[in-house]
Amino acid sequence: MASMREIKRRRSSVQSTQQITKAMKLISTVKLQKARTNAENSKPYFGCMYDTVTSMLAKAGNIEHPYLKAGDSKKVGIVVVTSNRGLAGGYNSNIVKLVTGNGIAKEDIRLYTVGRKGTDALSRKGYEVAADCSDVIEAPVYADAQALTKQLLTDFSNGEIGEIYVAYTYFKNTVVHVPTLTKLLPVDMDAVKEEAKEVPAGAQALMSFEPAEEEAIGLLVPKYVASILYGAFVEAVASENGARMQAMDSATKNAEEIINDLALKYNRARQGAITQELTEIIAGAEAL
Amino acid sequence: MADVFELKIISPDEMFYEGEATFLEFTSVEGGMGVYKNHIPLTTILEPCVMKVHNGTEIKKAAVLGGFLEILQDKITVLAEDAQWPEEIDVDRAQEAKKRAEERLSNGGPNMDVRRAQAALKRAITRINAAK
Repeated sequence: MASMREIKRRRSSVQSTQQITKAMKLISTVKLQKARTNAENSKPYFGCMYDTVTSMLAKAGNIEHPYLKAGDSKKVGIVVVTSNRGLAGGYNSNIVKLVTGNGIAKEDIRLYTVGRKGTDALSRKGYEVAADCSDVIEAPVYADAQALTKQLLTDFSNGEIGEIYVAYTYFKNTVVHVPTLTKLLPVDMDAVKEEAKEVPAGAQALMSFEPAEEEAIGLLVPKYVASILYGAFVEAVASENGARMQAMDSATKNAEEIINDLALKYNRARQGAITQELTEIIAGAEAL
Repeated sequence: MADVFELKIISPDEMFYEGEATFLEFTSVEGGMGVYKNHIPLTTILEPCVMKVHNGTEIKKAAVLGGFLEILQDKITVLAEDAQWPEEIDVDRAQEAKKRAEERLSNGGPNMDVRRAQAALKRAITRINAAK
């Protein structure tokens, strides 16, 4: 059995770790609330944006527009949204796994990373990182998403990438976060048409466009991409804090368990020491 | 009282305005437009502009900085990239931004992004006009 002093030392070290995890949990709870309000406030915008763009594209029929067909390049651009800080359970590694395990060859991927943890992990694995805008995730604003969109669309029209995906963590609720890989460009026309069928026919039958459809698509698609990226950012921030809150909660619980266990061991060791001392005294007295 | 329609102005950060209106004035990429109830369904792209929401005799102004809007017969949805009420606008900052953009346009070097400077100028002017 370990000595009393050793157990005591171990217990105080676990206790101070527990204090840290507890504090981190509280902080991420507060941050989560803020991030969740943000995510909820911006939801109507993205819902509307998605509906409008889908119904518009569905109606537009077979127009030829570069944004609607895959580029010549075999390369695939992926926007990877992770966090700048660790200690969030599987949050970052789930996204990394999603990128490495999606079946696209490593050589064909160009990454646009947001969040240092994902950047580090993926560049260590040998992925090509075309751009890194990790600072964005600290406090995402719409202008950041616009800037990234501009870069993506420039690369897309220059033929450097043929498709654009975004990998982020969807914030379903406080405990469920789903790592998601979504295709941004070219817009998937078949899926769009499927969606549009569910909309009552009268609602979209007579929609006209000003300026003409093709020009409107040229103007709308960047807005569409930017809004989806921004949505991904705010969802990711909420998920990050949710994941960290959970991870820190279980860490605090585990520490509690270890502390209880050590307390028991300590008491046993103490009792053992007292018993031993008594036996020694009695044995000594008898010997006299 | 004229016919009212439902109006929603949504920006990425919040539901900016939700309510009824009788007439809506704004500037699209094609020029100034005004919409009453029962307009034909139309989707159009917005320029940065001062949007005027009429409800009876009451007029509300808002600076809407780009985006697009979807007009249905009894409902208009504005998806703005950014929207502000006049009282939320920092006029000094807008004036400064206007000056900066004008300087960039007048003595820009070879690396100047003309479209960006023009867009910044437009946004600044819109803000200033809305705050007046």
